[in-house]
Order: sequence, then C-alpha cells, then structure tokens
Amino acid sequence: MSQMAEKLTLYWTFPFVRYALLVGILIALCSSLLGVTLVLKRFSFIGDGLSHVAFGAMSIAAVLQIKNEMPLVMVITVVCAVLLLRTGQNAKIKGDSAIAMISVGSLALGYLMMNLFGTSSNLSGDVCSTLFGSTSILTLSQSEVWLCAAISLAVIAIYVLFYNKIFAVTFDENFARATGVRAERYNLLIAVVVAVIIVLAMNLVGSLLISALIVFPALSAMRLCKSFLSVTVFSAAASVLCAAIGILVSVLAGTPVGSTIVAVQLVVFGLCSLIRTILGGICQ
Amino acid sequence: MTQLTCQNLCVGYDGKTVLTDLNFSVSAGDYLCIVGENGSGKSTLMKTILGLQPPCSGKILTGSGLRKNEIGYLPQQTAIQMDFPASVSEIVRSGCQGRCGWHPFYGCKERQLAANAMEKMQITPLAQRCYRELSGGQQQRVLLARALCATEKLLLLDEPVSGLDPKVTAQMYALIESLNRKEGITVIMVSHDIEAALRYATHILHIGPTTFFGTTAQYLQSPQGRLFAARKGGEVS
Repeated sequence: MSQMAEKLTLYWTFPFVRYALLVGILIALCSSLLGVTLVLKRFSFIGDGLSHVAFGAMSIAAVLQIKNEMPLVMVITVVCAVLLLRTGQNAKIKGDSAIAMISVGSLALGYLMMNLFGTSSNLSGDVCSTLFGSTSILTLSQSEVWLCAAISLAVIAIYVLFYNKIFAVTFDENFARATGVRAERYNLLIAVVVAVIIVLAMNLVGSLLISALIVFPALSAMRLCKSFLSVTVFSAAASVLCAAIGILVSVLAGTPVGSTIVAVQLVVFGLCSLIRTILGGICQ
Repeated sequence: MTQLTCQNLCVGYDGKTVLTDLNFSVSAGDYLCIVGENGSGKSTLMKTILGLQPPCSGKILTGSGLRKNEIGYLPQQTAIQMDFPASVSEIVRSGCQGRCGWHPFYGCKERQLAANAMEKMQITPLAQRCYRELSGGQQQRVLLARALCATEKLLLLDEPVSGLDPKVTAQMYALIESLNRKEGITVIMVSHDIEAALRYATHILHIGPTTFFGTTAQYLQSPQGRLFAARKGGEVS
C-alpha cells in the first residue's frame, strides 16, 4: 500500500499526470451532464456518430492540406449535430437511424477521399489514429489543458443556467413549444454544446471513451435515482469518480487510459444495477 | 368573450390538406369536444391551434386577453416519458417555463403556482414520487397539473382518457368538469368517446367528410348526431 502511495506521490510531481487528471475529470463532468439529456432523447450513439463525422472532416482537411484543421472539423461537426438534434421528436427519420446514416456516411466518404486523394504513405495508420484519438490524454500540452478547462467551465455554466429549460425540452418538446418555450433554440444550444464537447474530447481521449462517458454515468444514475436533479448530480459524481479512478489506475498499472476508465464505469454500472435489483426485491 | 376563433381554416401536414374551411369559435367557459374518426385530422387541428405547425390557409385568432402561449396542453404520452426519471414536482413545475422567459430558475410565484395545481389535481402527496412509477391515471393528473401551470384560461386535451380503466376515466372526466365549472377554464378536448362528449360538453365540433359545429343540443338534431343517437339506440334495444 505504502509502495503505491509512494509511486503516486512520485508521479504527482510530473505535470502530465496532473494535466491528465484535470482534463479527464472536466471532460467526464461535461459529457455526463449532457449524457443524461442525450440518453433520454434516444441519442446515446451521438458520440460515436459525431466522432465519425469529425473523422470525415479531418480527411477533408488532410486532402485540402489544411494545417490547422480544428476550425473546419469543429464547424462540420457542429452542423451535423444541429442537423441531428434540431428536429427532435418530430423528425421524419428518427434518432438512431439518422445517426447511423450520418456516421457511416461520413466514415465512408472520409476513407474514400483519403484513399483517392491522400498523400500519406501510411494510410491505415492515419485512419486508425484519427478514429481512436491521435493524442493520448497523457501527452497534453499546457495550452490544450487551458482550452479544455475554459470550454468545460463554459459548458457547466450553460448547463446550470439552462437546466430547467433543458429539462422541459427533453421531457416534452411539444408541450414546451406550445406554451411558448423556444424549443428550437434550446435544441440548437444542446446540439452545439454536444458537438464542441465531442470534438474536444475526441482529440484528447479518443472516440471509444467519449461514447462511454456520455452513456454510462447517465444509465448508472437512472438505475437508482428518481428525480431529474438527482440523476444529473449522481451521474456527474459517478463520472468524475470513474474518470479519476481510471486515470490513477492506468498510471499505476500502465494500462491504456481510455479503456481503463470504461472498465471502471462498467463496474459502477454493474453495481448500480445490482443495488437496484436488491432494493427492488426488498420493496416487493 | 370569444377566446379562440378559427376562420376558413385549412390544416394539413407535408403539403397535404386534411381539413378545409373550418369555422368555429370558442368562448370563455365553453367545453368543446372535437370528435371524428381516426385520420379525420383531429390531432393535426390540435397541433395547428397550439402553433406547433402552421395552418395551410385561414386564420386562428385569439381574443379577450388570451395570448398564444397561455394555452395549457395535455398531450398524449410519448415513449420517452414512459421511463423518464423525473419527480412529479419537477414535471409540474416545468409547466411554468413558458412564463419564466429568460429567468433561469423558478421563483416563489412559480413554486406556489405548481403547488396550487398539484392541490387541485389531488397529487400533492405524490410530489416527490418518480413519474414512471405512477399509474396511468396518476400520470395523466400530473400532466394536467403541468398544463394548469401554463394557463388559467384555456386547456387543450388530447384524448385525456385513452388507456385508462372505466373508474379512472370517470374520475378524470369529473376533474376536467370541475376545472371547467368551478375554475371557469375553457376546455377543448379531442375525444373518441362521443357518449362522454355529449354528457359533458357544451359544444361539439364533428370533423370528417361533413363538418358540424354547434351546441350539444343542436348536434343531437344534426345528421351526424342523429346517426350516432340511432346507433346508440340500436345498441340499447
């Protein structure tokens, strides 16, 4: 035990460990807040879908030989997120199939373009690194950490300020619109924030992790909590805890960060389901 | 005291017109039932009145101090709501969103409004319960309380008793009747239940191949109403 503590103290002196922990926790917090809304709106897979869109955008940037690809990727992903989420429950093509369409479509187009016009010799390596996150969370620079912290704080502030509106629009969009809430505006807001978080997180932690960060905390919380507020608070807390444990374990044991966090979340989800089953059994 | 007037209204969706040339008006304190067969355009008409979709042509006018966003709405339940983790008080309060405007949080006034609405619907003891664990009748009362937070004047109810058993259906009708008679709230209800419509409503709008609008007594004398009365008579004998 003391050996582990010593190891942790040693690692703590390295800035990259502190950065990873900070960024991991902030992204986990933001994505879990939005995750509740996305899961309830049946958009659980939007993390996957939008990261594929971002991949398509990146390949466009690569073909056009744009050096700083971030603005282009961000714009294209935001537009797709808006297209997906804007129409809400009145959409002609429902959430899951719309995501499947956009995700597979942009993946295919992206790969096709890289194949046809690509200049790189290591095509499959490029594809793999763009899909699963090119930069590891352990190699963040200070400016990336600042960017991430600023965006995360903005997302949290927006969520708190619009919490009641987001609840109303998620629970019953038609009622909200009929009683004078500008539902389109808030759907747009949700879509933009989701896209920003996903692009940011995809670059930092990879697309595998971002889907897990969106889906697992919300589902775990929905096992146990009975009000929207408690679901939101619980999922934020669970997400932060899982991210912290996952990063520390991966630092200590040398496992990949993303998959370790997902594994911790699986365990927490299992525990929540178990508690619900036991409590349900007692109540009956 | 006319609250809502439809002039030469045509409604439809996706460029298809479902109903043409509707003319009717609703006065304060009226209880209007909209009846008609499946696919006759009841829900489309409802959505158009609520402003969820634009009319194909014609006008919907609101009068006597009724603003467009002061129409309380009881929708049919959506699949998403079935497993939505939210407490009863959270849902009822969300009915105040329309009047909150840019205020991010609920104030004393909204809390009081929600408490009153829950009191009227007799769901105060359920305030902290989880919505998805309630019975169908209780859920409807929660949604009705939410609609009361949005309005003091006009309620639009979309098949409020569908899926409820006869006992709960009767309670629901009694609640709606008391809102109409005691609180003076105008009620517009889309319904399949013509029998109940005749019992409670002051006015009937029958839509279909031929449209009828008038008081309940006039309806019973109309061709559509007589058709129904004859069918019912046949069943009884």
